[in-house]
Formats: sequence, C-alpha cells, structure tokens
Amino acid sequence: MPVRVQSEDFDAGAAIAHLRSADRGAGAIAAFIGTVRDVNDDATITGLTLEHYPGMTEAALEDIVAEAKARFDVRDALVVHRVGALLPGDQIVLVVVSSAHRASAFDACAFIMDLLKTRAPFWKKERLPDAERWVEARASDDEAAARW
Amino acid sequence: MVRLRLVYLARLREAFSSSGERLDLGAQDAPTLATVVATLRARGGAFERELAPGRAVRFAVNHRLARPDHPVADGDEVAIFPPVTGG
Repeated sequence: MPVRVQSEDFDAGAAIAHLRSADRGAGAIAAFIGTVRDVNDDATITGLTLEHYPGMTEAALEDIVAEAKARFDVRDALVVHRVGALLPGDQIVLVVVSSAHRASAFDACAFIMDLLKTRAPFWKKERLPDAERWVEARASDDEAAARW
Repeated sequence: MVRLRLVYLARLREAFSSSGERLDLGAQDAPTLATVVATLRARGGAFERELAPGRAVRFAVNHRLARPDHPVADGDEVAIFPPVTGG
C-alpha cells in the first residue's frame, strides 16, 4: 500500500528496509521525515493536533504519488502521514522513494512533499502554553510546489 | 434541483460551529462553487466573515480540489476549508 493515514507512529527504518528488500533493481532510496517542532513563529509549542478530510486524504496522496511516478524514474514510493494529537519531537510524515539512481529519488521525494504541503487535506492546530491556534499556510509552500 | 452535501473542515468547522449540512440551491442555472459561496455568504455572521472576498478558502468537489468556477451538481459533496497545512 503506497499511502497510509494513521494515528500510530511509524518505523522509517522498517519502511526503507521493505522497499530495499522488495526490489533489487533500486540503486537509490531517499527518505524524508517531518517532525513536530517545539517552537513556531516565536511561540513555544507544547503539541499539535492534525485534522484531515477522511475520504479525500488517501485519494489526494495516491494522486501525488502517481504524479511523481509519471514524472520521475521512480520504482516505488511510500507516504505515511499521521493524524491526531502529537507532541514536539514526534514524527508527522514519512516519504520514501526508490529509484535506479539518486537524482530521481531526491527529486521525487522533494516533489511529493511539496505537493503534499499544498494539496493534501491536512490541517495543524498548535497548542501553546495558554492557547490554541490553527497554523496558517505559508506562501513559501505555494512557491515550492510551483517550481515543479 | 441541486442538493449538495457540504463539509466544513478545520478552522471553518469551528467558525461555523458545524461539520457540515445539506444545502438546497433550488433550480439555479448552472450553479458553481461561487454560487455556493454567495448563498452561504448571504447568511451573514461567520459565513459572511470567513467567506468574504480576499479570504483564503479552498474547495473540493467529490474529494477533488476545485476552483470557484467549478460546476456543482445534484448529490455532490462540497468541502470548504482553509489552505492546507500538513506535512
């Protein structure tokens, strides 16, 4: 299964090992892990809650992976995104891409993350010591997606 | 007759105090997402405020991202939400 949305943590090492063992033709594997920071816009973050749009989320991620496979020389790709309550240091998202050579793996991994940031229906709500606030989308994310 | 299932997500769900509703657009000619927005905005209050021109709002029709000029048809699921912030 190339995409998963789950509340549980994930094991990046196991995911990488799976891609490696399943395909001896892959000469390169690139991985990205996004984690919860303890600071954002100069405020202390004590945690965050990730909301998504069940029904659309998986389809949106599958579309992004399919687009990456069509554009780059990708042999396989995996996306895992967590939802629910998370703490600073927790893992949020995992992207693993295998390809014959490194350039495609690096590019496809960055491409998937850039599109995920602007197209996949997830929203973060941050917890501060005395308040909560929805995270605002950044223009830099739109610019990153537009470069592809 | 165009009846839609609306879904509100994230900040908009909180602002509207609702995770969604049925919306009957009646017999409007060639309704689009912009028609939906205009209908909701006319209610005033949080709808008028959150959906005001210039506010960053995104849409999905039947689980696909869509622009304001996208047509809507009877039975569609229309989601309205702020720009996404995952990853």
